[in-house]
Amino acid sequence: MPDKNIFDVSDEDLIWVEQQVDKHGKKKGELIQILRDVQEHFGFIPRKVQVRLSELLDVTLSEIYSIVTFYAFFSLKPKGKYQISCCKGTACYVRGAEKIIEKISQYLKIQPGDTTDDGLFSLDVIRCLGACGLGPVMMINDDVYARLKPEDITGIISRYEPPFRDYSEVMRQQREEAKTKEKFAVEPSRRLAPI
Amino acid sequence: MLNLKINGVDVQVEEGSTILDAAKKAGVYIPTLCHREDLKAMGVCRLCVVEVKGAKTLQASCVTPAAEGMEVRTNTPFIRKARKTILELILSNHPMECPTCLRNGNCELQKLSSQLNITEMPFEGERSRYEKDETTPAIVRDPNKCILCRRCVNVCNDIQGIGVLEPHHRGFRTSIDPSFCEGLYRMPCSQCGQCVMACPTGALTERDDTEKVFEALADPNKFVVVQTAPAVRVALGEAFGMEPGSIVTGQMVAALRKLGFDRVFDTDFTADLTIMEEGSEFIERLEAGGKLPLITSCSPGWIKFCEHFYPEFLDNLSTCKSPQQMMGALIKTYYAAKAGLNPENIVVVSVMPCTAKKFEAQRGEMVSSGYIDVDIAITTRELSRMIKEMGIDISKLEPEEYDLPLGISTGAGVIFGATGGVMEAAIRTAYELVSGKELEDINFTPVRGLNGIKEAELAINGTILKAAVAHGLANARKLLEAVKAGQKTYHFIEVMACPGGCLGGGGQIIPTDNDVRQKRMQAIYEADKSMRLRKSHENPAVQQLYRDFLIKPLSHRAHELLHTDYTPRPRVLARE
Repeated sequence: MPDKNIFDVSDEDLIWVEQQVDKHGKKKGELIQILRDVQEHFGFIPRKVQVRLSELLDVTLSEIYSIVTFYAFFSLKPKGKYQISCCKGTACYVRGAEKIIEKISQYLKIQPGDTTDDGLFSLDVIRCLGACGLGPVMMINDDVYARLKPEDITGIISRYEPPFRDYSEVMRQQREEAKTKEKFAVEPSRRLAPI
Repeated sequence: MLNLKINGVDVQVEEGSTILDAAKKAGVYIPTLCHREDLKAMGVCRLCVVEVKGAKTLQASCVTPAAEGMEVRTNTPFIRKARKTILELILSNHPMECPTCLRNGNCELQKLSSQLNITEMPFEGERSRYEKDETTPAIVRDPNKCILCRRCVNVCNDIQGIGVLEPHHRGFRTSIDPSFCEGLYRMPCSQCGQCVMACPTGALTERDDTEKVFEALADPNKFVVVQTAPAVRVALGEAFGMEPGSIVTGQMVAALRKLGFDRVFDTDFTADLTIMEEGSEFIERLEAGGKLPLITSCSPGWIKFCEHFYPEFLDNLSTCKSPQQMMGALIKTYYAAKAGLNPENIVVVSVMPCTAKKFEAQRGEMVSSGYIDVDIAITTRELSRMIKEMGIDISKLEPEEYDLPLGISTGAGVIFGATGGVMEAAIRTAYELVSGKELEDINFTPVRGLNGIKEAELAINGTILKAAVAHGLANARKLLEAVKAGQKTYHFIEVMACPGGCLGGGGQIIPTDNDVRQKRMQAIYEADKSMRLRKSHENPAVQQLYRDFLIKPLSHRAHELLHTDYTPRPRVLARE
């Protein structure tokens, strides 16, 4: 587990939250926008931030918590350094996404929605990356893996694990190259619909 | 007006009505579960589905607007089957603990499954499991029994303006919880119990303290004294099949004696005393230029709400303890001395229409006599269960009188049970004490009735006094915001946490709706009318209490025993 204090929020962090609220305006209607910023900034929605937002926006804490737990986009726990998003949309599902998720769960010893104890990986099940023809599909941060088979999983994930070099960086370079060669037909969207 | 056909019968309804409204008008019954007249319609339980000609799917009649020329059927075999399936699905995630549930025999889910003739459980699958929340002294939440109808959510948000309960998570994991799915004790919950009144099942209940009372009654070393609040007498009968609004004061006193209480006192006595203290406090503040408006402090739900959300008004609150607490303090001092009892052996039990009274009774400040004012506070419902458990039929009992001297009261004490009652009682006394003249009409009607916020003016000795009355905490919020913004100025404000005042309290008999509230209110004013004395300052027992013990209103001893102070509480979340 990333050390316990990861859930702690400093006073500077709270000032940052106040700035966001000022930026968006102290309106109840801005809550979701602000929560998105918070999610991106912290990687999750810390409790203290929810309490502060409740005070600032005059929205009940229960309502904020209700929104945070409703949309899959928000999380209550810090995400891992590598976020694995595994698609379970219709096409991926019929092509065996269930088995892929099961395999990842088994290998990392976490359930969808959780983060590994070392803070390296988190696993999320999402709906449709827009690459249905290539299913089952998963992404690790911005890296796309298509036509997955359960036996591929261990190999793929281990590339991101120490002592290997940061595979994400390798992939990024490859992608840059690919872009220039216009080989990638599918540019998966990062803005995902809630499950 | 819209014309539509329900089961072939023509019916006319106003624009904006729902199919359910139209069906009611046509005399057609449609079963409902999540729907309640006084709350916004959600259409989540789907039990009220009907067939609408031309519509692809069944429509929830509680949220579907009636339209011109609509043809609705409510009783086809298809609907019958659909309704049953819907209920069976709800039941499939419900623990079948009916015989051991507090709501056994008074549960809407149970009633509906009997009504729809559900005799087996065709669906079996995973069930949600949650921990029971027993962290507050007043309210127990058992989310396992929750059917996600959201009635508590709406009551807490819209009627009480607090919003402690919300649906969290989604799909199968959905639960109605306080934020972070944590214990209710950390939330700015007023513990008013209106969520309990709204809950169709046993997911929200009062904390049952009847066992503690039975224990005290069985202890030969304890002298157990009971007091009953004004609003209990007009509701208790309902638990025994009587019509709402039946007054059962005498039978209740008889039943309490049969249960074994050593003395039966009337909280109406301390209601009269509250008027003397609060009235004097008001006059003092008015004359000395103290903090105004003075706001009443009888309703513990309102007090807790004020501490959480309006700490700036804490100095406006009357320092008077509530009648329940005053009675406790007097029993352990004045009465103990009079009767030659050791206060250590006295157990004060109070029967209240209220769940928040349980919270109030255990507040740290309520021990000024050296002993806890009230040992056990139980609700009207708990008393009804105790009476039933002992096999007593209150309709067959001969009415009995309260014990002396703390059982003597006036009509002014009785009307504390209805919204506006404290105000009216205060006016009856303050007017006469200040002006020295008698009131022309003792019935001060502008403050009566179920309007959310009521205003009244009264001229005393040429000064116009402005008063306002709010019931239901959302109304209190509205009123306080107006005062805060300077749009309104008042001298005296009465706030009751529950809609209708104590007669609609969170500890009253379920069901309570506006119709029932109205009837109980009529009964309260009837009880007032039938009293020989109707002004608090004319209560001879109160007069004697002042002569023998307290000396005068707001005396040092009165302050010590009958007054209290308040603490600001966090608006969002309390520390662990």
